[in-house]
This record gives sequence, C-alpha cells and structure tokens, in this order.
Amino acid sequence: MHCEGLVMRYGTTLAVDGLSFEAHRGQVLAILGPNGAGKTSTVEALEGYRKPESGTLRILGLDPQRHHAELRARIGVMLQRAGVYPVMSARQVLRLFASYYRDPEDPEDLLALLGLSEVARTPWKRLSGGEQQRLSLALALVGRPEVVFLDEPTAGVDPEGRIAIRSVLQGLRERSVAVVLTTHELAEAEKVADQVIIMAQGTARARGTVDELRRSFARALIQFRTAIQIDESALAAALGIPAGGVARTPGGDYEVLLPPSADLVSRLAAWLQEHGVELTSLSTGEGTLEDLYMEVLAGVGQSGSSAVAAAEPATK
Amino acid sequence: MSDSSHREPASSSSAARRLGAQTAAEISMTLRRGESLLLTIGIPVVLLVFFSSVHVLPAGRHPITFLAPGIIALAIMSTSLVNLSIATGFERGYGVLKRLGSTPLARPTLLAAKVAAVLVVELAQILVLVVTAYALGWRMSADAGAAVAVVLLGTAGFGGIGLLMAGTLRAELNLAASNGLWLLLLLVSGMLVPIDRLPHWLADVARVLPSAALASALHRSLGLGTAVGLDSWVVLTAWAAGAAAAAVAAFRWE
Repeated sequence: MHCEGLVMRYGTTLAVDGLSFEAHRGQVLAILGPNGAGKTSTVEALEGYRKPESGTLRILGLDPQRHHAELRARIGVMLQRAGVYPVMSARQVLRLFASYYRDPEDPEDLLALLGLSEVARTPWKRLSGGEQQRLSLALALVGRPEVVFLDEPTAGVDPEGRIAIRSVLQGLRERSVAVVLTTHELAEAEKVADQVIIMAQGTARARGTVDELRRSFARALIQFRTAIQIDESALAAALGIPAGGVARTPGGDYEVLLPPSADLVSRLAAWLQEHGVELTSLSTGEGTLEDLYMEVLAGVGQSGSSAVAAAEPATK
Repeated sequence: MSDSSHREPASSSSAARRLGAQTAAEISMTLRRGESLLLTIGIPVVLLVFFSSVHVLPAGRHPITFLAPGIIALAIMSTSLVNLSIATGFERGYGVLKRLGSTPLARPTLLAAKVAAVLVVELAQILVLVVTAYALGWRMSADAGAAVAVVLLGTAGFGGIGLLMAGTLRAELNLAASNGLWLLLLLVSGMLVPIDRLPHWLADVARVLPSAALASALHRSLGLGTAVGLDSWVVLTAWAAGAAAAAVAAFRWE
C-alpha cells in the first residue's frame, strides 16, 4: 500500500495535509493521534469512501476510487461506527456478510475466535460495546481480505477483548495481510504495531518502528525543581547552551536538554547557588515515547522524528 | 463511489448469490419488525374489515366493492413508500449503508434486493387482503395483466418517493414525514373516501397523486373489471420515472 502527498479537505477545513507513507504485507501500521488529527480521513480515503483533493493512493496496485469495485472484494473494513443492522444477530449478520464473498471464513470459526459464540443469537443492539467491536472486527475479516483497515478497533473494548484483538492481528501478520489501524491510545499502538505514524493536525509528526521512535526520542535530560522561579535563558547562557535548552514544564519543573554529566550538574548547582535559588529536587533520565506523544498532543511537535522541544514533564 | 467496473472480482461471490442472500435478509428484517407488520398487514386488514362492516363511509351500498381495491392500493403504498423509506432511513442513519459500501455488495444489487423484498411483501399483502375481502363477500373481476402493471408502476413511484426521503432526511425526521405522508395520501386518494366526495380543489390535487391513480386503476382493474383510465397510466408512469430519477440523483449514502 502506498500513499503519497495525500491532501483531504472538507469545505475550508484541511483534514490531511500532504501525508505520505507505505504499508506492507505482514505488517501492522498504526496511525496514532488525537481526535481531529486526520486519521479517519486518511483511512477513509484509502477505503475509497472519500476522494482525495490531491495525492496518489495505491492499494494492491489499484486506485481506491477508480478500482473500488475490485478492491472492496479484497479489503476488510472496520469503521468507527460499525454500521450493522441492529435487529440482526451476530451469527446472521456474519453469515450475510460471508455470502458476499467467494471463499469466506467460516462464520462459526470467527465467532469462536473472537469469543462471540455465546452471544451468536443476540441481536446487535443488545450486544455490549466490546462485543459489538469484536463482531465489527469479525465482519472485516470474513472475506479473507488481503488488506485490513481498522478505525479505532479497541475503543470501548475490555481488556479481554483487547487481548483477543491482538491475537487476531498476530494471525493476520502471519498470513501476510497488511493491516492499517488508527488509535488515539499510545499503549495500544506500542503493543500491536510494527510501524507507527504519529499524526496531528493532518500531518505526520513522527514515524518509525516503536523501537526507532523510542530511540529517536530517548534524549537524555536533567530535570529539577526550585523554590522560586528562575530565568531559563540566563541559566542556558551560563551553561553555554542555546536559549531553548532550558525549559520550564507546565508542571513547574525545569529541564536541561543535555545528557547529564557531573560537570553539567555542578555548573547548574553553582549557578543556582550564585543566584540564591534553593533546589528542591533534581533527577536525571531519559524521555519516553509517552513524552513524545504528549508533546504532539500539546501541539508543539515538529515535523519529522528528530528531537522535539520539550513541553511536558517526564512522567515515568 | 461508482460501480464502473463490470468485472466480477475473483474474491466476490456471484452476483446472483449476493442478491439472493440480501433479499432474504431484507425480507427477514421486515417480518421481524412488529411495526412494519402492523403497517403493511395489520392496519389494511383492520380498515377493510371495519369499514365494510360499519357503514360510515360514503362507499355505496356494497362498500366492500369499493374498499377492497382501495385497501390493496393502501397496502402497496404502505410497503413501497413508508416501510421501505423508514427502514432505509434508519440503515442510513446507523451507517449500515456506508458499511455495505466497502463490501462486494454493489449498490445496484442492494437496491435490487430491496425492490425484490418489497415485491414479495406486496404479494403476501395482496393474498391476505384478497382472502379477507372474499370472506367479506367481495368478488373480484380482474384484469390481471393491468393490475400487475399498475402495482409495479405504483411501487416504482412510491419507492422512488420513499428512497428520496430516506436518502436526504435525518432518520427520525424521515420516520415522521413518511408516516405523515401516508396518512395524508390515505385520506385524499380515493382509498377510503371516493375522490368525488372531496372538495373540488382537493380532488384536483388528488388526481395527480400516484396514490389516487393507483387506487383508481385498481378499482377498475380489480373491482369493476373495466379498462384502466389513460389518466391513471400517465400519472403512475410520470411518478415512477420522476421519483426514481430524483431518488437516484439526490440519495446520500451517509
């Protein structure tokens, strides 16, 4: 799957602004981002629901708009709103969807795989939120798709459901299916994804494997707290680093964005002493993936996967 | 999204199989909705029995002769306009139509399944109503060919109106509007009350409505055994073509 320079617009609102990525068979690509980041717009363009303003999309070598009729027999889709007949039971709707495909999965196998055998006779409208999500996933899989799109598959799903969904994703990986899923939960993306794209305001802010993202962001820093407010730029100048190198977090901590060393800590301590500032806490450590994501959420992330200006305290 | 490609993708089932399965699903959902059974079978039967026994309508000395074809017309309208419209409106509101758009069930096939389900339900309604009317003393003098043709034309017109509403209005609004339209058409279309008993201006309006044209055509072809009037054919054909075209043009799937 190939997406290049995707631009999506609704009226005057730019939902996706020049997004490019690739996804491969046997891999799970997670598009991670807050509400309104453009995740659903991106996925719905790939599914053929929305016509992009510009950009090139190819799925299995086909254009989602021009070859929609051919593609929809080969893709599996789970929308944010499931779109299932409310009066139909889980088994009936799965059998109905199975009838659309030439070589579908056995509906009973899918019900068992997703732990829905017990509620197979229950109408959709009386299933719990988690059961509805799992049935919606089953409907995406019943046609043995080569590419699967899951929009917020774990929203409202209980822990057992999450485990079931994870094992389904593992099965798809082993069958060389390409999976694209969206989520606003970092923990979920970390657990299931081979590749992650962090999106905010229509653009990719960071991307890579979970390990790559972790490494690229694992910047060393010194974090401290003082009794009174200090002048960050004066401290940065005294430490010989650029003005942004010392930052005050919303939590009231200060961060020096340099690898900790005895020399740096002693110069910091000296400056504080010189200015009569009392130190109330001091720690050194590394940023986490969560920090990166929090920064994107705070809207201060920069494009690319390089270091980002600090805005949030290290929470781990 | 267009269905421009006529090739059958290798991983889809055959079009006939999809049509059959979807039609069966549409019929089963109709039968499972209590309110749609009430609307399509219950109310027409009750109206037929009540007004042929209680002579309060200006329907002549043998009210069943007037009522039976009119109530059959009402039943056709209930299924092809109201029932189809409400069900489709809620499917659109629930996102079912959107979801089906990414399955191999093409939109023409979905539409064909809905039409097939409507025709099956109409057949059942006509059987029930004819049997009931016979029990009440009705004797049909049928021009069967004309009756079938006007039922198909009426179904196309009502279905077009129903889908036009379902595809443009919010589901709840559509529910109210469809039921309101049903009541209005029931009163002014010669189904219960002969059109010549209406005020002139209302009768003039009624004569261009598909409901009045269908009722009149069934009165003649089923009740009197006379030829269907040219005016009925023209009105039914115009509504069938116009409403269907408007529905195709305006229908929003999401």
